[in-house]
Amino acid sequence: MSEDAPANTATAEKQLPKDLAAEKGMVNVQIDGKWIQVPRGTRMIEAAKMVGTEVPHYCYHPKLSSPGNCRMCLVQMGMPPRPAPGAAPEYGDDGFQKIGWMPRPVIACANTVAENMGIRTTGDLVETTREGVMEFLLINHPLDCPICDQAGECKLQEFSVEHGRGQSRFKETKIKKPKNVDIGKNIRLDDERCIMCSRCIRFMDEVADDPVLGFSQRGTNTSVTVHPGYRLDNNYSLNTADICPVGALTSNDFRFQMRVWFLKETKSIDTNCGTGANTVIWTRGNEIFRVTPRQNDDVNSAWMPDSHRLAFNTLQTDDRLTSPLVQKDGKHVGTSWMEATAKAAEGLGMCQPNEVAIIASGRMSNEELYLTKKIAEALGTDLLTIVPRLEESDGKLISADRNPNTTGASLIWGTDDPAAKIDAIREGVASGKIKSLIVLQEDLLAEAGFKAEDLEKLSHLVSSHTHANPTATHAKVVLPSVGFAEKRATYVNVTGRLQRTNQAVIAPGETRDDWESLAALLAQLDQEYETPASVDKILNSLASEIEAFKGQTFGSIGDLGVQITETGVTIPLLEQEKARVESGQVVG
Amino acid sequence: MAIIKVERPKLTAGEKVYFGSIFKGMVITLRHAFKSLLGKSTGAEALNSSGMGITMQYPEQKWDDQLPEYYRGAPALVTDELDRERCVSCQLCEFICPPKAIKITPGEIPSNDEWAKVEKRPKEFDIDMIRCIYCGMCEEVCPEQAIYLRPDYVITGTERSEMVHDKKRLYEIGGKRVGLVNKWNDLK
Repeated sequence: MSEDAPANTATAEKQLPKDLAAEKGMVNVQIDGKWIQVPRGTRMIEAAKMVGTEVPHYCYHPKLSSPGNCRMCLVQMGMPPRPAPGAAPEYGDDGFQKIGWMPRPVIACANTVAENMGIRTTGDLVETTREGVMEFLLINHPLDCPICDQAGECKLQEFSVEHGRGQSRFKETKIKKPKNVDIGKNIRLDDERCIMCSRCIRFMDEVADDPVLGFSQRGTNTSVTVHPGYRLDNNYSLNTADICPVGALTSNDFRFQMRVWFLKETKSIDTNCGTGANTVIWTRGNEIFRVTPRQNDDVNSAWMPDSHRLAFNTLQTDDRLTSPLVQKDGKHVGTSWMEATAKAAEGLGMCQPNEVAIIASGRMSNEELYLTKKIAEALGTDLLTIVPRLEESDGKLISADRNPNTTGASLIWGTDDPAAKIDAIREGVASGKIKSLIVLQEDLLAEAGFKAEDLEKLSHLVSSHTHANPTATHAKVVLPSVGFAEKRATYVNVTGRLQRTNQAVIAPGETRDDWESLAALLAQLDQEYETPASVDKILNSLASEIEAFKGQTFGSIGDLGVQITETGVTIPLLEQEKARVESGQVVG
Repeated sequence: MAIIKVERPKLTAGEKVYFGSIFKGMVITLRHAFKSLLGKSTGAEALNSSGMGITMQYPEQKWDDQLPEYYRGAPALVTDELDRERCVSCQLCEFICPPKAIKITPGEIPSNDEWAKVEKRPKEFDIDMIRCIYCGMCEEVCPEQAIYLRPDYVITGTERSEMVHDKKRLYEIGGKRVGLVNKWNDLK
């Protein structure tokens, strides 16, 4: 041991940076004069990102293959000169070889780093190159920014400010291409704005598996089109509008609704299925204008299905419930929260424990499901269920379970199948055994298979909904409820990941957050129950009671969520992406 | 420094009595008074007054033709030679407006419209004239030469809602403006 030690030190002293890096599977790269170690096989553009330098680019997208056709990411590259035959490479004092800079730029997106490589993202060569590329890209650009929905988040605008000339030298007539083309249900195409980056084509081919887009014509006439006889009607088509760096592909739903610079971004999650895709909700004032996916490599990569992102439109309708209602002489009349809650509790209190049932929803948050369980305990009933929503997965991001929080319900209620008792309750209501029913966020007549005449048999029905619906018409007490964008709450997705929504807009009228109305009802049923001051407090008590949630707070969940349990369920699209990353097709 | 002694002016007997000057002054005053009664006040023409004195009888009389070219009155929307509404509702004026007086609801031009290729125009365009501070930022920021500050300064109303200029009113004030860049020409 003592004999080996000095020998080891001696070799360590002789070790060059390249050997030190190689041991870890890394290589040394000099970026803008600074040496760093990056993993072998890293793209130059990603290496630059590691030191905080953003190389401007259009066609490169880490989730897609790199054709290198926009030429915007050109950088200067250098390698050590090859030593003469027989000569040994020379190392400087810092242990690196001298870099011989290449006279012509290379693209940073599709080239990988090598040992002792130098990359210059600034300098005369790189800057004049960018200026030249920008000038070519703008030659046929229509400059209709005032009417373009992309304005404000357009890479062409941004880079022409940063790297453009400011004045056009182009004297000839611009090429005219089709504008305002209807290529699909959700997408509008403007070929004049297109810069031929082919991101949309690659997305539809590689991620959506529906290669309907392609280039036609040649040279300056090249344009993106749908193949004859096809349309861009895929349920993932709106992602092409997201990744389009210019305004060539824009959303029909968002078309001319609002300029993006007016919109406020709220990070949230999608609650239309068990995947819980991470989203950004874009609002102005109290109105939602659009929902876009937010990158989370453990949930939805960078994508989101159209059907889910457009679902926000159903929230902003005229048939929202805005105040608590009680039934008087067969008619619903508006009332105060106090009276509605008292009425609800009164009717429930008159029944025997086995005559009361609660139908909650898998669309409710963890906090709400926890309070629902407490209400069931206060009532002494074990007839507690959610309405199952099992459909088919689309093999990408839409989970087979269309309830966003089935996992949360099973964890909190301590049952394997939180929807198990739905049939028993339905039969109980039909046979008249169940006299009182609490229905939360569900329209029993639509999806749960209940019949209107059965609901009429109930002596007491309390329901809570966002919108007016057939079930509510039968209810003795109707409580208005808030939608997904109107509350701060937590959900557990199908893989067992705890995620949170944030409040983006304020619910209409006198609507209260659901935890508030449930806690008020619980306080009526259980005199000892102390009404919590905020939703955070409910999560605290939930975390102290349920093992899986231990130590979790709204803060600890963060924007990307935390894995709190392993359900063994995987998200198909992530598996497909993993395979593409492993094969080196994409960066990931 | 030399001291200069200033001599008091020697007044004549007439000057010492003062009446002469007072009388002279009264004659001037009375001359103006008579001229005013006859509607011939000096300077009446330049001030565009009735001649009954040189006070302008606003609002019966106005000085509008004296307003300079650059006068900043009510902001208004303009149409071009071809009666096309120039505004494409890019909402830059709404963004720049310091007192947040402008509210635009963008809309799409239907495909059967003569100007369908412009694609976008305002569905609603409201300027709250109670808020407007006549700064002219909207005119400066407009990329389509669609909004101009007009010489209209008499913006009155008996209700708040009357003080909001809607799209129709804005085009009435703005009218047609010729000689602007025709961006949406045949080449576009």
